[in-house]
Amino acid sequence: MSTASTRSPAPVKRSFTAEASEYLNDRTGLAVAIKGLGRKAFPDHWSFLLGEVALFSFVVILVSGTFLTFFFQASMAEVHYDGSYVPLKGVEMSVAMASTLDISFDIRGGLFVRQMHHWAALLFIAAIGLHMLRVFFTGAFRKPREINWVFGFTLFVLALAEGFTGYSLPDDLLSGNGLRIIDGLVKGIPLIGTWTSFLLFGGEFPGNVIVGRLYTLHILLLPALLVLLIAIHVGYVFIHKHTQFAGPGREPTNSVGPPILPIYAAKAGGFMFIIWGVISLIAALFTINPIWNYGPYDPSPVSAGTQPDWYIGFADGALRLIPPGWEFVWLDRTWSFNILVPLVVIGIFLLLVVAYPFIEAWIKGDTREHHIADRPRNAATRTAIGAAGVTFYAGLWAAASSDILATHFSLTMEGVIHALQAATVLGPFIAYFITKRVCIALQKKDREIVLHGYESGRIVKLPGGEFIEVHQPLDEYDRWRLVSHESYQPLMLRPNARGKITVGQRVRASLSRWFFEDRIAPVTRGELEASHTSHH
Amino acid sequence: MAQDDHSGAELAAADSSHAAQEFAGSTGTAVVPYDAFENPGFEPHRPRVTDQDPGREKRAQRTVYTLFYLSILGSVWAVAAYMLFPMESNNVDAVRLNNMFIGFGATLALLGIGFGAVHWGKSLMTSAESIDTRHPISTSEATQRGAVEVFRQADEESGFSRRTVIRNSLIGALLVFPLPAVVLFRGFAPQDELPAELLSHTMWKKGTRLALDPSGVAIKASDVTIGSAFHVIPEGLTELEHGKLEEKAKAAVLLMRLEPGELNQLPERESWSYEGIVAYSKICTHVGCPVALYEQHTHHLLCPCHQSQFDVANHCEVIFGPAKRPLPQLPIAVDDEGYLIAQSDFTEPVGPSFWERN
Repeated sequence: MSTASTRSPAPVKRSFTAEASEYLNDRTGLAVAIKGLGRKAFPDHWSFLLGEVALFSFVVILVSGTFLTFFFQASMAEVHYDGSYVPLKGVEMSVAMASTLDISFDIRGGLFVRQMHHWAALLFIAAIGLHMLRVFFTGAFRKPREINWVFGFTLFVLALAEGFTGYSLPDDLLSGNGLRIIDGLVKGIPLIGTWTSFLLFGGEFPGNVIVGRLYTLHILLLPALLVLLIAIHVGYVFIHKHTQFAGPGREPTNSVGPPILPIYAAKAGGFMFIIWGVISLIAALFTINPIWNYGPYDPSPVSAGTQPDWYIGFADGALRLIPPGWEFVWLDRTWSFNILVPLVVIGIFLLLVVAYPFIEAWIKGDTREHHIADRPRNAATRTAIGAAGVTFYAGLWAAASSDILATHFSLTMEGVIHALQAATVLGPFIAYFITKRVCIALQKKDREIVLHGYESGRIVKLPGGEFIEVHQPLDEYDRWRLVSHESYQPLMLRPNARGKITVGQRVRASLSRWFFEDRIAPVTRGELEASHTSHH
Repeated sequence: MAQDDHSGAELAAADSSHAAQEFAGSTGTAVVPYDAFENPGFEPHRPRVTDQDPGREKRAQRTVYTLFYLSILGSVWAVAAYMLFPMESNNVDAVRLNNMFIGFGATLALLGIGFGAVHWGKSLMTSAESIDTRHPISTSEATQRGAVEVFRQADEESGFSRRTVIRNSLIGALLVFPLPAVVLFRGFAPQDELPAELLSHTMWKKGTRLALDPSGVAIKASDVTIGSAFHVIPEGLTELEHGKLEEKAKAAVLLMRLEPGELNQLPERESWSYEGIVAYSKICTHVGCPVALYEQHTHHLLCPCHQSQFDVANHCEVIFGPAKRPLPQLPIAVDDEGYLIAQSDFTEPVGPSFWERN
C-alpha cells in the first residue's frame, strides 16, 4: 500500500518506560497531572510534617482495620469462650469479645495487627490535634484557607467518633463502662435524652445491638466520610499551595521548596515508611487495651482507675469537674446540669475553634490572600488565645486522671478536683496573660537584634578604659526573616456611609483594640538608618 | 534554583505585572509602612558535603542501599518469625514472642525503606529548590460573570423565580420527603415499650432473695458480719433466658453491715434495714457506672468513673462529686429461713437521671 511505503524507516529504539507512559497517556491523559504537579514546589518545615503523620497513620488504620474485619464478629450473642486464653475459658461473653480474643490469642500476628490498629488510631488523633495547633499558631487558616480549616476540624471530630466507636467494639468491661457513661450522658439531655438512649441501644442499656450498630458506623459510614474529607482537605493543599515561612526570596506570590519529584516524594514517602515503622515498633513492644485483663462487659463490676483512651479524656474530665448538686427538678422534669453544662461548654469550645478564622478575618478586615505563615510571636493576641485554649483543654484532660493523680501523689480526691477546677477556670486567663507578654517581649528582642545586631561575645576595651561588647549586624537575609511581617493597628471607629455607627462596628472596634492595642511594628529601613546614625 | 516551567513561563511573564493587582484585597487594619525593607532575594545556594566530597557521596550511597537491604532482611525475618513463633494454647508468652518478633521484622522492613529514602533525598538528590508562582485562588472576573450568567440563564429557562407556586411546592415536597426515613428510625427500639416505664422498675419485688454476684447463691443475714460488704443481685437473675445484662444493669445492689448505732437512718426508712444491714443500688446516680469501691472505716462509697462519693451511714447522700441524688435504697427484711429478702422494688428509678424521671 502507498501509506505503508511512506512510514518512517528504521524505528528508533525506545525505553520500556517511554513506551509504557505513552500507552497510559494515550488512554488516560495522565501526563497533564504529572507535568502539572510533578515539579511543584513543596515548602519545607518540620511542623508541616504533623499533618503527614496524621495521613500516614490513617493509612495504617485503614489497612490494619480491613484485616481485623475479616476476623471480628460484631455480634452480642452470648457464647462460652473456648479459645486459647485459659483464664477466661468457659466464661460467658459476647461473640464480639470472643472474636477479639481470638484475634489476639489464636491468629498469628493478629495481636500485632490489633495493636498496630489501636496505636495508629491514638497517633492519628494526636497528630491531627498537633497539626491543628500548628495551623492555628502560624495563622495558616487565613484567607484562602478558612474553609479548609473547617474541613480539617470536621476530620478531627470524625476521628474522635471513629476512635470512640472502635474502642467500644470488643465489648469488654472497660469499653462497656464507656458506653454506660454515654448512655448516662444521653439520658441527661432534656426532652429527647431518654428516647435517644432507648433508640441508640435498641431498648434498655446495654441491649444486644449496640456493638453491631457502632460497627456499621465504624467501618462504613465514618471511614467513607473520612476518606472523602481527607481527599478534599489534601486536594485543597494542592490548590492553595502550601504556606511557607518568611525567608529571603520567599514572597506572598511564590512558593519555594523542593520539587515533588523527586526530593519531596523521597522525603515524604520515606517519612511515611518511618511513621509506619514507628507504629509497628510500638505495637511490637507495648500492649494496648489488654481486654483479656478486663473481662467481658458486666454492668456490676468495675475496676479502680478506669480511663478512656486519651482523646476522650477532656470530655470525661469535664464531667468530673462539676461541683456536687447541679441537678434540679423543675416543671416536674429532671434538669441534669451536671451533664448539660459539660456538654454545652465543650460544644461552645469546639464552636469557637471552628469559627476562629472567620472571627479574626472579620476583626482585621483584611481580604488579601496570606501565604506566608506567621511566627507565633508576631501575632501575640492570637498566640495568647491559643495558649488559653490549650490550657483549658489541658485542665479538662488532667481531670480525667484525677483519681490517678490522687493515688500516685498521695493527694486527696477532693483536693485534686478543686485544684483542677481552679486550673481549668483561671488557668486560661493566666496562660493568656503570660503568653501575650512573652510574645511581645520576643518581638522587642527581634527589633533589638535588627537595630543593633546580635551580641558577638567579643569584648573590647576602649582607649578610655571602658569595656564594650561588639554587636555584629545581621546580614540582609537574616534581617529579612525578622522584618518581613506586617502588624495591625486597632480599628478606628468611623460612621458608615449613612452616617451611623453600627453595633457590629462597635463590637469589631473593641475586639480590634483588644487584639492590636499592644502593637510592636517591625523595624523599617528608616528606623535602621536612624539607629546607625545615632551611634556615631 | 530551577524556575518551574509547568506553570508556564509565558503566563508567569504576563502575570508578574498584574501580580500585585491580582492579589490586592483590602488590607483592613494592616499597617503597610512606606519604607519597609525589601526582600533581598534568594540566598546563594550552599552545597552539601556530599556535593563536594566524593568520599562522602560514596558513603551516603552505601548507607542508603544498606538500609534498603536491611529492609529486605526485616521482611524476611517477619515471615520467618511467623513460622518460628507459633501461638500455643495455654501459653501467653508464646503470644508475646509471636507479637514481638513479627513486629521487629516489620519495623526493620519499614524503617529501612523509610530512612533509606529520606537519606537518599536529603544527601544525594539534587538539592535545588523549585519556585512556583502563586496565582490568586479566585478565578478571573470573566469566568465569575460567566458562572453567574449560567445560573441566570437556567433560572430564566426554567422559570424557577417566576413560577413561585411551582417552586414553593417543590421546596415543600423536598422538606417533607425525608420524614418517612426519619420515622423508620423508630424501629431502632422495640415498638411496644416505653423507656421511662422500663427505667422505673427493676427485677426486685417483695420476697426476692438477695444473692451473691456473680454466683447467684442466696445470702443469709447471719453471714453478713459487721463491716463486710457484698455485691448483690436478685436471686434468679443468673437463670434468666433473656435480658440478663439489662436487668443486672438496674438491679445490682451493694449490701453492707454497719454498727446499728452508726447508721443515721431516715425516720420513714427505719424498717428498711435489718440489724445494721443496708442495701443500696450500685448504679451511680450520675451517669450509671457501678459504685463499686467501699471504704469500710469511713462508710463511704466511691464511684471510680467520676469520683462521686456517697455516705452509707447517712442514707447514701452525695458528699462529693458530680452526682446529685443519693443512691436509692432497697428495703430489705429476713424471711423464715434467715435469708435476706427485698420488701419491694426500689421506690424510685435507679441509675442516671432522665427527663421523665419524676
